[in-house]
Amino acid sequence: MQAELISKDGTQEYFVNMGPQHPSTHGVLRLVLTLDGEIIQRVEPHIGYVHRSIEKMAEFDTYKQIIHLTDRMDYLSAHMNNEAVALLVENALQIEVSDRVKVIRTIMSELTRLASHQLWWGVMGMDMGAITTFLYAFRDREMINDIMEETTGARLTMNYNTPGGVMFDLHPSFQKQVKEFIKIFKTKLPEYDELLSGNIIFTERTKGIGKLSLADAISFGVTGPSGRASGFACDVRKTNPYSAYDRVNFNEILLVEGDAYARYKARIFEMWESISIIDQLIDNIPEGAIMAPMKAIVKLPKGEFYQRVETARGELGVFVVSDGNKTPYRVKFRSPGFSNLSVLDHISRGHKIADLVAIMSTLDLVIPDIDR
Amino acid sequence: MNAIYDFSILTGGIHEWLSGLMSPTAVMITEMVIIGTLLIVFVALMGLVLVLAERKVAAFFQLRLGPNRVGPWGSLQTLADFLKLLTKELITTKSADKFLYNLAPFIVMLTPFLALGVIPFAPGLQIMDMNIGVFFITAVSSMGVLGILIGGWASNNKYSLIGGMRSAAMVVSYELSVTLAIMTMVIMTESLSLSEIVASQSDGWWIIKGHIPALIAFLLYLTASTAETNRGPFDLAEAESELTAGFHTEYGGIKFAFFFLSEFVNMLVVASIATILFFGGWMPFHLPFEWAVGFNHIMDFIPGIVWGFGKVTFVIFLMMWFRWTFPRLRIDQILNLEWKYLLPMNLVNFLLMALIALSGFYL
Amino acid sequence: MSTIIAYFKGIGQGLNTLWTGMKVTGYYFFHARKEIITMQYPDNRDTLKIPERFRGRVVMLHDQNNEHACNGCTMCEMACPNGSIKIITDKILNPETGKVVRIIDKHIYHFSMCTLCNLCVQACPSNALAMDNSYENSVYDRSELTFVLNQPGSKIRDNVKD
Ligand code: SF4
Ligand code: SF4
Repeated sequence: MQAELISKDGTQEYFVNMGPQHPSTHGVLRLVLTLDGEIIQRVEPHIGYVHRSIEKMAEFDTYKQIIHLTDRMDYLSAHMNNEAVALLVENALQIEVSDRVKVIRTIMSELTRLASHQLWWGVMGMDMGAITTFLYAFRDREMINDIMEETTGARLTMNYNTPGGVMFDLHPSFQKQVKEFIKIFKTKLPEYDELLSGNIIFTERTKGIGKLSLADAISFGVTGPSGRASGFACDVRKTNPYSAYDRVNFNEILLVEGDAYARYKARIFEMWESISIIDQLIDNIPEGAIMAPMKAIVKLPKGEFYQRVETARGELGVFVVSDGNKTPYRVKFRSPGFSNLSVLDHISRGHKIADLVAIMSTLDLVIPDIDR
Repeated sequence: MNAIYDFSILTGGIHEWLSGLMSPTAVMITEMVIIGTLLIVFVALMGLVLVLAERKVAAFFQLRLGPNRVGPWGSLQTLADFLKLLTKELITTKSADKFLYNLAPFIVMLTPFLALGVIPFAPGLQIMDMNIGVFFITAVSSMGVLGILIGGWASNNKYSLIGGMRSAAMVVSYELSVTLAIMTMVIMTESLSLSEIVASQSDGWWIIKGHIPALIAFLLYLTASTAETNRGPFDLAEAESELTAGFHTEYGGIKFAFFFLSEFVNMLVVASIATILFFGGWMPFHLPFEWAVGFNHIMDFIPGIVWGFGKVTFVIFLMMWFRWTFPRLRIDQILNLEWKYLLPMNLVNFLLMALIALSGFYL
Repeated sequence: MSTIIAYFKGIGQGLNTLWTGMKVTGYYFFHARKEIITMQYPDNRDTLKIPERFRGRVVMLHDQNNEHACNGCTMCEMACPNGSIKIITDKILNPETGKVVRIIDKHIYHFSMCTLCNLCVQACPSNALAMDNSYENSVYDRSELTFVLNQPGSKIRDNVKD
C-alpha cells in the first residue's frame, strides 16, 4: 500500500480531511481529498453525519405527520418538500384542491426558492472570500422570512401544507407585503451582479471550473439549476407541471457551458424567473377554500405512488408504497442533493482546493438533504 | 516648516536632561529601554485600535453595527478580547515541532517592530533616521513570511502547511513589485532616507508632482503590499473557507494573537510607507503654485502628526475596502497577476519615471 | 499590437468591474446610518413585533373563569408526531345527570420534544389548544420544559360537548 502511494518522482499523495467540521462544507459533510500539492486527484464524500432516518421514521407516521419531517430534509426548500408529500396524497386519493390553494402553494414555493437562492448567493460569496455578500443576502432573505412568518407562523420549517390544502389562509397583509418585497428586491438583485457576477476575480475563479457535460449531468442525475446549467432540461415545473405552474409564463433557464459560472448564472436568472412568476400570480389569487374536505384519518389505497416537485436544489421525488393503512409501508425520498453531490468527484478532479470550494458552492448542497 | 509641532524639541529635551544625570553609555541604554517600551505600547495600542477599526468598518460595509457592547461604541471590545486571549492556556500540539512552533509567532511579530523603527510619523517622531531607511524596510519586511512558513510547517497540520506554502510562494513574488514600486518613487526622491523623502515633498506630494507614473506606482504598491500583508483578497494563507485558518490553524491564545496583531501592524507599516512615499508623510497638503501661498499657510497649522496619521488611516481604509468587497483569488491567479501584470507594468513604469526624472519634467 | 491592446483593455475592464463592486459596498458604508439592518435584540424587546401567528409554544386557552375547552378526547395526543403530548384523564360522576363523564386531569406537554408543527392545535375538535408567541423559552433544566397545560383548579367550560 505504502509503495503504491509514492509515485515515480518520489513524491507522495497527500490526504486531507475536509470536514465534517469545515467552514465551506456547510454542515457535516466529510470530503477525503487526495491531493498532489494543491491539485485534487480524488474527492471522496463521506456522508451520513446528520442521518436521522427520516424515511424510516415516516413509516410510523401518518401522512399528515410525514410532512413535518420533510421540513427537515432540505430546510431551505421546506415548502416544496411539504408540497411534494401533500401532492402525493392528494393525487393518490384523487382530491381536487381549490385554485386558491394551488396559487398559494405556487407563490410560496417561489418565495422559498428565492429565499434559498438568496442564501446560496450569500454563502457562495463567502466561500469565495467576499464575506460582505453574506450579509447582503441575509438582508433580502429576511424580508421573505418575515412574510413567511406572518402567514405560516414559522420562518424556516413551516409545515404549511397539509394533504388537501394549506394550514392557514393567507395573512391579510400578504399581498401587500409580497408586492413590496418584489419591488425592493428588483432593485437589490442587480447589486448581486455588480458585487459578484461581474467581478473579474469572481469570473476568473468560476469560468471553466468544474465543467459538467450534458451527458454526465444526465447520467449522474444532476437536476435543478446545476443540471440546467449543463443544458439538461429537467425543470419539473415545465415537464410535469403541478399546482399553478401550468398557468404562468416563465422560462426554463437552460445554459450550455456547464461550468461553475454557468451554475451560478442559472441561479441568478432563476431568481428573475421566480420574481416574474410571483408577479403574475400575486394580483389574482382566486377565492376558494383553503382545505378540500378530507377524512380525519388519511388512508392511501394499496399501491405505489410517486410524486416529484422542483425544489430549489433540483428534483425531489417522493415514492410511497402503501398497504392501505394510515401509515405508509415504505417511503423513499429521491433528494436532489444526493445526486448532485455524487458528481463532485467527477468534476473537481484536476482542479485546485480553492476550485473545489467554488464547485461545491455552485452545486448548492444542503447536507441534511443528502443524509436525510 | 512650522516648528511648534516638532517632536525633536521634546525628545531633545529629554536627552539633555538624561545626559546631565548620567554617563553617555547609561543614557543610551536608558533611552533604548524607554523607546523599546514606548514602541511595544504603541504597537499594542495600534493593534487594538486597528482591530476595532477593522471590525467597525467591516460592520458598516456589511450593514451591521459591529462591536457595541463593551465600553462606549464598543471601544473596549478589542481590549476585552485581548485580555481573553492573554488568559487562555498556551497549547502546543503534540506532534508539532515545539521549538519552531513557539518561535514562529515571535518572528512574525518582530518584523513590523523593526520596520516601525525607521518610520517618521511626525516631525521628530522617528526612532532612528537611517540613511538607507527604504532599503532597510524592504529588507526587513520580507522576514515576516519566514514566520508564517515556519508556523505552517511546525504545526504539523496539513492545512497549515498548505497555507504556509501558499504564503511563501506569494510573498516572494510580490516582494518584487513592492520593491519596484518603491524604487520608482526613489528615483524622484533621490534619497533612501525616509525623513529626507518626506522633506522632499514640502512643496507638494509626489503623487501630484510625479504625474501618472506616480499614480500607477501607488496603485501597484497598494495591490502588492496588500498581498504582502496577507490580507484579503490575497489572504490565501488563511483562506478560512478553504483551509479553515491556514497557517495559524493550530495556534491559540496569545500566540494566535501575535499572528493576528502582526497582520494589523504590518498593515500600519505598509500604509505608513505608502503615506511617506506618495502622500508626503506628515507634510501638510501644499499646492505647488505661486497663488496658493495663503492656502499652504493654513495647511501648515494642522499638526504634522494629524496629517501623518490621517493619511495612514486613509490608506488603511482603502485596504479594508478591498478586503470587504472582493472575493479571494486563487493561488495560480495570484502568481499570474504578479508575474504577468504587476511586474511588467512596474518595470515599464520604472522606465517612464526614469525618463520623467531625466527630463526634469516634474514640478 | 492587437494583443497589447487586448492586454490593456483587459486590465481596464477588470479594474472597472472591481470599482463597480467597490461602489456598492462604498455606498452602504457611507449610508450606514440609514441602511443598517441588524437589530439590537435584547434591548429591543419592547418594540419587537412578533406576528400573531408565530408558533412559539403550545398553550391551552383559559378564559377569565379559569375554564378551558378540553374534554380529554386525546385527539391531540394522537395527532402529535413526536409524542410530546400525554393526556391523563379522570372519570367523575356528574351529580346532575348521574352519568360518569370523562374529564381531563393533566394535559402534559413536553416542550423539549415538540417541533411546533401545529398538528395538535388543528386536531383538537373543541379548539382548546393554541400557539402562543413566546420566544424566550430556554431554561437550565430539561425538566422545566415539561408543562401541564390545564391550569390548576381549572375546569371544563359548560358548553363544550363531549
Ligand atoms: S406542535 Fe406538533 S410536535 Fe408540538 S405538541 Fe403539537 S403536534 Fe406535537
Ligand atoms: S386539547 Fe383538544 S384534542 Fe387534546 S384532549 Fe383536549 S379536547 Fe382533545
